[in-house]
Amino acid sequence: MENFAYHTPASVADAAKLLETHEDAKLMSGGMTLLPTLKQRLAAPSDLIDLAKVPDIKGVCRDGDELVIGAMTTHAEVHENALVRELIPGLASLAGQIGDPAVRHRGTIGGSCANADPAADYPAGTVGLGATFVTNKRKIAADDFFVGLFETALEPSEIIVGVRFPIPVWSHYQKLRHPASGYAVVGVFVAQTKAGVRVAVTGAGPSAFRVSEMEAALSKDFSAKAIENIKVDAADLNNDIHASADYRAHVVTVLAKRAVAARG
Amino acid sequence: MLINVNMTINGKAVSGQVEARTLLVEFIRDHQKLTGTHVGCDTTQCGCCTVHVDGKAVKSCTMLAVQASGKEILTIEGLAKADGTLHPVQEAFREHHGLQCGFCTPGMVMVGVDICRRHPNADEQTVRHELEGNICRCTGYQGIVEAIVDASAKMAGGQA
Repeated sequence: MENFAYHTPASVADAAKLLETHEDAKLMSGGMTLLPTLKQRLAAPSDLIDLAKVPDIKGVCRDGDELVIGAMTTHAEVHENALVRELIPGLASLAGQIGDPAVRHRGTIGGSCANADPAADYPAGTVGLGATFVTNKRKIAADDFFVGLFETALEPSEIIVGVRFPIPVWSHYQKLRHPASGYAVVGVFVAQTKAGVRVAVTGAGPSAFRVSEMEAALSKDFSAKAIENIKVDAADLNNDIHASADYRAHVVTVLAKRAVAARG
Repeated sequence: MLINVNMTINGKAVSGQVEARTLLVEFIRDHQKLTGTHVGCDTTQCGCCTVHVDGKAVKSCTMLAVQASGKEILTIEGLAKADGTLHPVQEAFREHHGLQCGFCTPGMVMVGVDICRRHPNADEQTVRHELEGNICRCTGYQGIVEAIVDASAKMAGGQA
């Protein structure tokens, strides 16, 4: 990889300042996507701003009806955290299905979401739970956060500080995992929240999306049968070597049914 | 521009000067001459380069040496006791013939230790799931899985 200047700011404000003053700078959290990207020379930033030394943006805490997860919290920490397991087991399970154990020891929730890989798992969890991204500038609803392929609503010098998850009544993540990469060929997150049923899909389209038709059907009758004939439009889905758009459309319904059936 | 790094590797304080882009595995192998840690794929997939950073298994080909500064690193060379007594996971690999060509072995053993710590009395399914980030090109998984299951039980039972 090309060389770069390496920075370890001690605060989010310092990190934002570095981003503003260095045109080709990139933020790094766990580096699980960024470092392989640099090694392949798909990117060659002038400066790497490592958030590892920024305090207070790591860890899990409860704030009323919400669970707050710091941006630099690793997948392994979310997976193993007692609060997450108790209050949102569907999210703890999702975190444990990302990559492999060594990757989960480094990769973070903030980094994964900011990268917005179409096949990443967290987009389904954040959209499915109606989470809110807290940045150094504002709050962004997960519904508005994932804009497109590797594209988010984040502005150039905006940094995710944490993610706030409303504690749901029940939630579950069902994934068709690519056997080599571990990424979601399709992943479906279903949640019964105080604001209604939410169904979010990752892996299938350019970015995570909700299936409102399934949400409406499940609101009336929370059963796998209620959604068995609801199919998302394949025209909007990814078509690649891993799966055709038609296959993905089919799998969305299959996984959504399995997720609902897991309610028991 | 070179950057000073200081870390503990296998209990010994080491320091060096590296480029920002120097990978942890390059620092371990090329600078410290600890060549037990292998580079298989260099793309975060095969797990041959697995070491422990502050007690957790990570892929050292996907971490910068500067990111490891100030941390405690354990490599395959630091696993056995000073008198040569093997770690229970190493001993189990020997007993169950958990290696063929041996290239993936350092990573398999390091991740195996991590699995045994997190999953006392791990069953076969757990071990197979946890080994998803480590690839054996000889396809010798049977012995590897048996070794880790056995070591996990022995470590949990205090026999080793």
